[in-house]
Amino acid sequence: MQQLVDNLIAQGIAPAFIPVWVHYLLAMLVFGGIVVFGFALLVAGVTSWLERRVWGRIQSRVGPNRVGPNGALQWLADGIKNMLKEDIIPSAADKPLFRLAPYLVVIGFVPTFVVVPFASSLIIADLNVGILYLTAITALVVVGILMAGWASNNKWSLLGGIRSAAQIVSYEIPAGLSLFPAVLLAGTLSMQGIIRAQGWAPWDWYAFHSPFTFAAFLLFFVSALAEGNRTPFDLPEAESELVAGFATEYSGMRNLLFFLVEWGNLYVIGAVVTTLYMGGWQIPPVTDNVVLQQALQFVVFFLKSYFWVFVAMWIRATLPRVRVDQLMTVCWKYLVPISFVNLGGTAVTMVIEHAVPGISWPLRLLVLGAATAGVVAFFARVRYQLRRARPELYYSPVI
Amino acid sequence: MARNGYFRNIRDTVTTIFEGMSVTFSHLVRKPYTVQYPDRIPIPVQDTLPFRYRGHLEVDLEICTGCLACERACPIDCIVIGAEKDPKTKGMTLTRFDIDLAKCMYCGLCSEPCPTGSIHHTPEFEGADYSLESLVRRFVKAPVAAYKPKKTGETDPELRDMLARGLRYIDEFAKPAP
Repeated sequence: MQQLVDNLIAQGIAPAFIPVWVHYLLAMLVFGGIVVFGFALLVAGVTSWLERRVWGRIQSRVGPNRVGPNGALQWLADGIKNMLKEDIIPSAADKPLFRLAPYLVVIGFVPTFVVVPFASSLIIADLNVGILYLTAITALVVVGILMAGWASNNKWSLLGGIRSAAQIVSYEIPAGLSLFPAVLLAGTLSMQGIIRAQGWAPWDWYAFHSPFTFAAFLLFFVSALAEGNRTPFDLPEAESELVAGFATEYSGMRNLLFFLVEWGNLYVIGAVVTTLYMGGWQIPPVTDNVVLQQALQFVVFFLKSYFWVFVAMWIRATLPRVRVDQLMTVCWKYLVPISFVNLGGTAVTMVIEHAVPGISWPLRLLVLGAATAGVVAFFARVRYQLRRARPELYYSPVI
Repeated sequence: MARNGYFRNIRDTVTTIFEGMSVTFSHLVRKPYTVQYPDRIPIPVQDTLPFRYRGHLEVDLEICTGCLACERACPIDCIVIGAEKDPKTKGMTLTRFDIDLAKCMYCGLCSEPCPTGSIHHTPEFEGADYSLESLVRRFVKAPVAAYKPKKTGETDPELRDMLARGLRYIDEFAKPAP
């Protein structure tokens, strides 16, 4: 981003009499605006439609398919409906906090797009503490949720808010610890740096670098799901238990903001998993044309991130909710010790690789082979399930 | 947190999630069970109903003999027929044949005594409308002569087909279900 603006100034397109920092500021605002309004909110809306369709097909029913082609404009209809709804604020609620809470939650979501690397030069700001910045910003969501739970003047909302705060704060630890193997291997906290240290091929990704990084990869995804209040960790907004948890008293656009953040956060989770462990936007060197290269990288990054969004939706449709004590047990007794083991194991692996350079390749191929065997076994299991199904069964992979 | 319990828990978690996700993925690639009635179904619902289904009443005026058996048989008097004996041709002339579908209870007592099967039930059942008057079906637009069955059999092919269908209807109606 900075190079782009520097190039524009050097080429004379941007007037040189305006100080450089004004150019940077304007560029960041413009690109930030494009990314947020043209991408983040759009992805959040489309994800809501896709989630309902995927959820529906997994439950042997059709999702929304009337509003627009295959229901693709359903999210627009829902957004307009929410905007037109009456804005109800409970009379005994703490009004300033009640009004402020959704905005804090949005603040915990939108600035993460500043460091999401869409392509090798499509990032708003390549901070050299990128990952740390992202983890810090997503922690702001806790403040918003607690505020929402308290200000609603509703015992169940308060319970939902407190549970959510406990959950997010607890799962920050395995999430942060599971980031570190990738950071150790890359040697930098910057998102672009971590991607550049990987390669385009699966055996160059950090996910398959060693069994410890593979476990860290899976653990990071699970912890990120828990931080995003997604099933199976969605007790704070347990639809069947607490109505909407901390968001019960919210109506109209305020309510929609909470949901937008949830769906948009899915994309950010996918983006971070892809960046850290799946090689980000790396593509094989197929073209010299810069624009085409950037476009391909964008598409590859988007597809990889969206695959994780799809997996999160799939998990939501599969797993039952965990109880709050089970949630804490999983975090503190299983995820945290295993994260420490992964961190130590990655450090040991790095030392061994430095001493014995020839061990890196076999280890990577071993992990990649095991993962591929797992995927093949999975699809064999799927085929078994399909064979066991009742006769009236069709193959229809188009959503 | 015994050692064998701890690792068994982890193993059980991973295997059960693997199994569960394979089941849900197998459902993702199947056709859903939802029947999107009424516009996205393979054949219209009316074609799936049995032949003797008692839906809205319909009159084939070409084969109505004007015997007024249906008007007499109706327990609710929802059939109103205007028929006069034409002095010149010695046959009946039908001036009015109104069936009030709102009053009708779809019992089928009118279609049984019909000699030709001209009044019969159709598989149509969707009659929701905005006004009650639209539910009175008027089958006679201009006065027509009633049908006189010929003793030697019907020669007109169209009327013969209608007669065949009508007589089959009465036949099926009178037969008890297997």
